[in-house]
Amino acid sequence: MSKKEVKGRIKKVAGPLVVASEMGNANMFDVVKVGHLKLIGEIIEIHGDEAFIQVYEETGGIGPGEEVISTQAPLSVELGPGLISTIYDGIQRPLKKISEISGNYISRGIDIPGLDRDKKWDFKASVKKGDKVSQGDTLGTVEENDNITLKIMVPPGIKNAEIISIKSGKFTVDQVIGSFKYGDKTKEFTMIQKWPVRKNRPYKNKKPPIAQLVSGQRVIDAFFPLAKGGTACVPGPFGSGKTVIQHQLAKWADADIIVYVGCGERGNEMTDVLNELPELIDPRTGKSLMERTILIANTSNMPVAAREASIFTGITIAEYYRDMGYNIALMADSTSRWAEALREISGRLEEMPGEEGYPAYLASRVASFYERAGYVDCLASEEREGSISVIGAVSPPGGDLSDPVVQATLRVVKVFWSLESSLAYRRHFPAISWLNSYSLYYDNVQDEVEAKEGKEWTSMRREALKILQIEDELLEIVRLVGLESLSQSDRLILFISKIIREDFLHQNAFSDIDSYTSFKKMFKMLDVILYFMKKGTMAIENKIKVEEIAKVPAVEKVARMKLVSEKELKKIDDIKSELDKEIENILDKVEE
Amino acid sequence: MVKEYKTSKEISGPLLLVESVSNIKYEELVEIELQNGEVRRGQVLEVEDDRALIQIFEGASGLNLPEAKIRFQGKGIEIALSPDMLGRVFDGQGRPMDNGGEIIPEEKRDINGAPINPFVRNYPSEFIQTGISSIDGLNTLVRGQKLPIFSGSGLPHAQLAAQIARQAKVLGKHEDFAVVFAAMGITYEEAEYFISNFKKTGAIERAALFINLADDPAIERIAIPRMALTTAEYLAFEKGLHVLVILTDMTNYCEALREISAARKEVPGRRGYPGYLYTDLSNIYERAGRIKGKEGSITQIPILTMPEDDKTHPIPDLTGYITEGQIILARPLLKKGIYPPVDVQASLSRLKDKGIGEGRTREDHANVFNQLFAMYAQGLEAKELAVILGEGALSEDDRKYLAFADDFEKYYINQGDNEDRDIFYTLNLGWKLLKRFEKSELKRIKDEFIEKYYDSEDVNNLKLGSSEFIQSV
Repeated sequence: MSKKEVKGRIKKVAGPLVVASEMGNANMFDVVKVGHLKLIGEIIEIHGDEAFIQVYEETGGIGPGEEVISTQAPLSVELGPGLISTIYDGIQRPLKKISEISGNYISRGIDIPGLDRDKKWDFKASVKKGDKVSQGDTLGTVEENDNITLKIMVPPGIKNAEIISIKSGKFTVDQVIGSFKYGDKTKEFTMIQKWPVRKNRPYKNKKPPIAQLVSGQRVIDAFFPLAKGGTACVPGPFGSGKTVIQHQLAKWADADIIVYVGCGERGNEMTDVLNELPELIDPRTGKSLMERTILIANTSNMPVAAREASIFTGITIAEYYRDMGYNIALMADSTSRWAEALREISGRLEEMPGEEGYPAYLASRVASFYERAGYVDCLASEEREGSISVIGAVSPPGGDLSDPVVQATLRVVKVFWSLESSLAYRRHFPAISWLNSYSLYYDNVQDEVEAKEGKEWTSMRREALKILQIEDELLEIVRLVGLESLSQSDRLILFISKIIREDFLHQNAFSDIDSYTSFKKMFKMLDVILYFMKKGTMAIENKIKVEEIAKVPAVEKVARMKLVSEKELKKIDDIKSELDKEIENILDKVEE
Repeated sequence: MVKEYKTSKEISGPLLLVESVSNIKYEELVEIELQNGEVRRGQVLEVEDDRALIQIFEGASGLNLPEAKIRFQGKGIEIALSPDMLGRVFDGQGRPMDNGGEIIPEEKRDINGAPINPFVRNYPSEFIQTGISSIDGLNTLVRGQKLPIFSGSGLPHAQLAAQIARQAKVLGKHEDFAVVFAAMGITYEEAEYFISNFKKTGAIERAALFINLADDPAIERIAIPRMALTTAEYLAFEKGLHVLVILTDMTNYCEALREISAARKEVPGRRGYPGYLYTDLSNIYERAGRIKGKEGSITQIPILTMPEDDKTHPIPDLTGYITEGQIILARPLLKKGIYPPVDVQASLSRLKDKGIGEGRTREDHANVFNQLFAMYAQGLEAKELAVILGEGALSEDDRKYLAFADDFEKYYINQGDNEDRDIFYTLNLGWKLLKRFEKSELKRIKDEFIEKYYDSEDVNNLKLGSSEFIQSV
């Protein structure tokens, strides 16, 4: 079936926007090759026979009269074995391959497939001739690495197909591994699926999330948890630690696969991720963290239109693994840069601007991106569940939360980690405000967490949050009339809340031990702190002053709890009995 | 053969519209010959069919529409490169403006460069000693970093940048830095300050200077940082030099960008700056770094003046989102007579963690940094409390912190603009100041370091030159 070639001529060039004439036969969102350099672009508007094209590469040196050829397919990614551990640009070109072709700088017009065509993969068929299969059903598997078993699935849209042939063995991604018949059509299949990035991959149905995504970060896991299949946003001014939080989640979140989209951010940061991940060990699998990670790097100085595409490339890859039944966490850093790319292109299209110059469709674009997250029943004859959690960083100008991108995001996400520069100035990291942040998932995940970690958790968590809330009110009073006006029990709250802040919430991402905290350890830490509160209250009732309580040697031990390794958690339990003894000692002294 | 057109139709601001042209490319370089023979240069901003919109670098004044001869050059703006550029001064278009004669180029490059592939970047981790305690000790600069100075009018950013350029070196190695300096719209006096400073210390031999003064055409400022950075890339990645690039003042650059955007009647973003300001700035700042397998490096120190000292103004704001930290200068410190008036709390070096510690600076660096920082923060809090409640309301502890904060500003942050402190001196100075506290109060420092340094000879012998301080210790 050969299509008629669609070929036009450039009429106008203005930055990343190119207008081509004689394009009446082109389809909306088709990918085109622009000019003598064959730059990759996408049709985003059609007026009569004029096509408006956003070009994913710099357009210098391109001029009117040059040729524009349509590939007659929308912007798509290649899905198959070989995605894991690869670093791509915004339109799924492997950066390693680009460097082999064009050296240290990214030159233009490079056209390389997303998946390696030379590498052979060991395919094991799991169906046989004559079997009936439908969309999403597993045809066979490939061990992508020691952790990830890739399911080669029947592409969406195909139902009741009969396998005519299928063979196991070593194949490259584009070699035919079998064929099936559906209706009156026969089709050969390979290990690759192509999927347009702007189209959601289908699933059976979506369900409310029920399991917590444990991140190893105490302030998040204890107070503002994210669910598997949930959405979160991290807004904050520069220097408040957005990227560090994203990196921490990429390293430690208990997802099967991480898709990290560096969207318009610093080049050196991506290098950092690239250098660090291979060396870090996943505490659950004992394998290198790189073996579960896919990186998409479209740094700020790479073309702006590809930046716009990068988060869609990322989420489509995430959906592919979700369809196999994996839990995926996708980090997008930063969605503000993506929105700015939208704004820039909208400006070039001379569209009527909305708030702050952003296009009027900003909110709906943001919403449609986050809505691709979720906990779903996958498309397959068998029972299969998968999830995508999305964590988006937002970089509002001056940290101002009234920014349209922040507001559009907050309307759709369920978790809000508010980063504050005042905390960052005090070097309290992660600088997540315990007063302004929220998570609407705790009720969803409560049952699962209680069953796994203990019934008491819900009330412990609530109590700790309450102490911090009261602290805030008390500090207001102290600021007005001084510390002297507070009662002993109020002072105890200030003392304990300080412990919660400094010894529990504060977490050092650069310390080997403190970087990741298991739920078990976190539980024990909070348990000790609240036990301290209980003992302290008892002591105060016996006329002991807070200053005395603050002097017990166990305070030092509490402060060092975070540095206790996961293997020696008993050390944390022991603090309780030490506290008992030491408070007892004070009480004895008073009685004397 | 270059075709010549006399079909100019419209001028508005620095923009010129030429009609009936053919075979024109986007971003092509253009020469415009005026009726009096003067030749100006410009660049194609937009092409549609047979019409081209050109931005003229020297501005359009005196241009006569029917008389102007327009010649399209068939290539983008290029700069001629050669190692001989060191020791020379260039104008806003990359032409030598000293009396040293023409440069004989080794090669020519498009000034826009191309993005460095993140895959081939080398993570910057080599400590640069600037000899300035508030930078080396607290906001450590590393090779390949981009660390801007956020300043305000009247603050000594020029002095600080010149001091860094003069003193910067890498521990234990005698490699020379080359300096590439781009001045955008600064005054003659400020430019003269840098040039004479470089001359005095001999640094001029290792420097290439690109100068666009306040009364030079604003539009030239768009190209000048790109020429400087192309030169830097050439020197760093072809010639293996460690290049320090100083760009001043980025605020003027952004204003030039806004001027063109307004002339093109584009939809403005915040405060009238174009929506693509972030992308545009990142195309400048991201041209810093190191490349795997290459000897050289590019370290960038852009300087910008914050309008009204407002950090949330779009220029410092967007810069902060791209650069790897920032050095912020604060007016209150200047008023106390402290040089350099670095606001330690608001300043940050994102690459510090991998550039300090054993084998890079000294094992205790991170600990000392955290401790000094914590104590200073406590001191400032006490100071705030003292303002509200009066000093009488302070506890003994608070007073100790307060005194520490004062000493810290006076002896640690404050230093002479010719004082070149090595990193060990800076670290020992930190210890000296921390001796105000008992060993047990230094909670952020590992015991082994306290044992080793608290009473070490170097620390004990260190003189602060003030009897008042020695007494208080």
